[in-house]
Amino acid sequence: MSGDHLPMEQFERNANAALADQTQRAALHSATQLFSQRRRNALARAEGFEDWRNQARAIKDHTLLYLDHYLAEFERNATARGTVVHWAESGEDAARIVIELANKHGIDRAVKSKSMTTEEIGLNKALERAGIGAVETDLGEWIIQLAGEVPFHIVVPAIHKTRAQVGAILHDATGVDANASAADLTASARMALRAEFAAANLGISGANFAIAETGSFLILENEGNARLCTTLPRVHVAIVGIEKMLPAVADLAVFLRLLPRSGTGQDLTTYQSLLTGTKSSANRDGPDEVHVVLLDNGRSHMLDQAVTRQSLACIRCGACLNACPVYQQVGGHAYGSVYPGPIGAVITPQLQDLAKASKLPFASTLCGACRDVCPVKIDIPELLLHLRAEVKQGHPTRPAAAPNRLERMVFSAFAFCMRDARRYVLATRLARLADRYFGALLRRLPPLSRWCRGRTAPRLARRPFRDLWQELR
Amino acid sequence: MKIALYVTCLVDQLWPEVGTATVRLLRHAGCEVQFDLSQTCCGQPACNSGYPDHAIALAQNVITSFERSGAEALVLPSGSCTAQIRHYPQLFLHDEAWRQRALALSMRTFELGWFLVHRCKLDSVPGSFRGTVGWHDSCHGLRDLGNKHEGPSLLRLVPGLELRELDNAEDCCGFGGTFAVKLPDLSVAIADRKLEGIVRAGVDAVIGSDVSCLMHLRTRLLHQRSKIRALHLAEVLAGGMS
Repeated sequence: MSGDHLPMEQFERNANAALADQTQRAALHSATQLFSQRRRNALARAEGFEDWRNQARAIKDHTLLYLDHYLAEFERNATARGTVVHWAESGEDAARIVIELANKHGIDRAVKSKSMTTEEIGLNKALERAGIGAVETDLGEWIIQLAGEVPFHIVVPAIHKTRAQVGAILHDATGVDANASAADLTASARMALRAEFAAANLGISGANFAIAETGSFLILENEGNARLCTTLPRVHVAIVGIEKMLPAVADLAVFLRLLPRSGTGQDLTTYQSLLTGTKSSANRDGPDEVHVVLLDNGRSHMLDQAVTRQSLACIRCGACLNACPVYQQVGGHAYGSVYPGPIGAVITPQLQDLAKASKLPFASTLCGACRDVCPVKIDIPELLLHLRAEVKQGHPTRPAAAPNRLERMVFSAFAFCMRDARRYVLATRLARLADRYFGALLRRLPPLSRWCRGRTAPRLARRPFRDLWQELR
Repeated sequence: MKIALYVTCLVDQLWPEVGTATVRLLRHAGCEVQFDLSQTCCGQPACNSGYPDHAIALAQNVITSFERSGAEALVLPSGSCTAQIRHYPQLFLHDEAWRQRALALSMRTFELGWFLVHRCKLDSVPGSFRGTVGWHDSCHGLRDLGNKHEGPSLLRLVPGLELRELDNAEDCCGFGGTFAVKLPDLSVAIADRKLEGIVRAGVDAVIGSDVSCLMHLRTRLLHQRSKIRALHLAEVLAGGMS
């Protein structure tokens, strides 16, 4: 059974529940520290990382500016090699294409390799409703599927699970001793999943990159399950966001250096599968049919402005999640969205309804650690500020997505007082009087009451600096 | 060198000792210090809360005040507000005349520590300190302005002070402006992670260059009845503290 997301409108409630879960926090802390450290180690071994970042971003910027051209080129070249290219404007369109394909071939069992894009469109649920069983074959994803949850992290979906929890989940699924060694637990999963691979006639995957020049796509992984998913079943379908496009095979070089180092701290993933066409064309191995579903689902709106366009440069490495002080505390489920963490806080509101996701751009201290680690230099704090303004203030041609009248009045009053030093001095004097006579009451009312949760109230100085200045000059 | 001091609203209202210490330090470094009483707030709360239009008039106030001063540089005891002023040109993308004036100011705006090290070449400080301290890299100073070694190198000039490296010096303190009241429990949890590193280092005080972070850590430490103090760089360098 596929899991459900928490309501993203309730970020604070979700976050506070996550803060109360000490087991999860301990697992999350050690996992984010471990992956951050592995990334630092990988960078220390690599020379020229900064050059790679600039090069990769330049390739992404170029491709996104000419995206229509490269998408058409991809379709032409993929079609020439026997791949069927489908276009999906929405997630529902993409899911319908997969279901129709399965129905056409009379397939009711599919194996899946890890794909955030299929999570984004809720493919597993759609398949379940259509009577098609889809088994996740990435170990972490399978654990999440067995637990009836959603991924906690975009690269390592089950990092919030302790070893004991994983043992119990696999015991229920395979009968393995819950206290067995990690090797035995993994072996039991392998045995169970091998049977699924052998039985399935449909393999479903995503892709890390699509290559316009050859109509190929590349999948990076460490377990070999993606290679099995894309080669063993008769039919393979890949769901690929349109932003995954790269002009040429040569462009992969820099991304193959950046992505594993940023994501898991590996110099290279164990498997890199560059898939081009069907068995009948150049390859002796592979599926009889290969389908690629090119998915928009809100992406083309992000092309409008340079500030939002950079969101599409993301290569889903997850480094920003590991580096984020908010993600480190609350983890992935609290965001209530497929994509959590800093990158999730900027792409979810753009892929979905901004009003619905309006809390996410505020789930950040704006510390900028995400921008520091991003392998393609996405200015996530800039995007967060842009989206915050879209949520609260709106734009001359667009109303605010989730206006808050009281808060807007507070900021109008703030701006009115701060525009003129006389008003500012008067307001601060009134604040001192209020503090003297009603201080205790004020500290029981928001916003001070909220500050005072775990902190003492900041007190106004007896005399402001501007008064002291008279004696200093 | 004639400089204009922008103390920031937080220093003005909550922590004026930092302003006094800043004046003392800049004078020690040979600067002639001006303070324009027309200053209020740089507008950062509005920008960070989704109301950048409300920051425009505030930015114009800072720009005209600096232009009137005839000073060579605007100096702030805050990396965060310095970064805000350095971003002012983005507020005037549709007003070229104001954008140019914002640009002229942004290039002359400096965080105190950076200014003392790179412009004043400060090699002695009036202050002294008894105890061990750790340096906290405030996020905007570190990541928006690229300040990393200025604070610690200045602290090494203070007689009696022992500087220890925090293993999480670059971690956020959890303040985040209105974040601290919008998501208070999360904000405190992030502060506690920061404070764990400070406790691990076994220091008497944590020192930084942003009153906002320090106020956050200080009020958390007070709530925990901890003996560890949160102090501003200027106070420690200028001395006169107990």
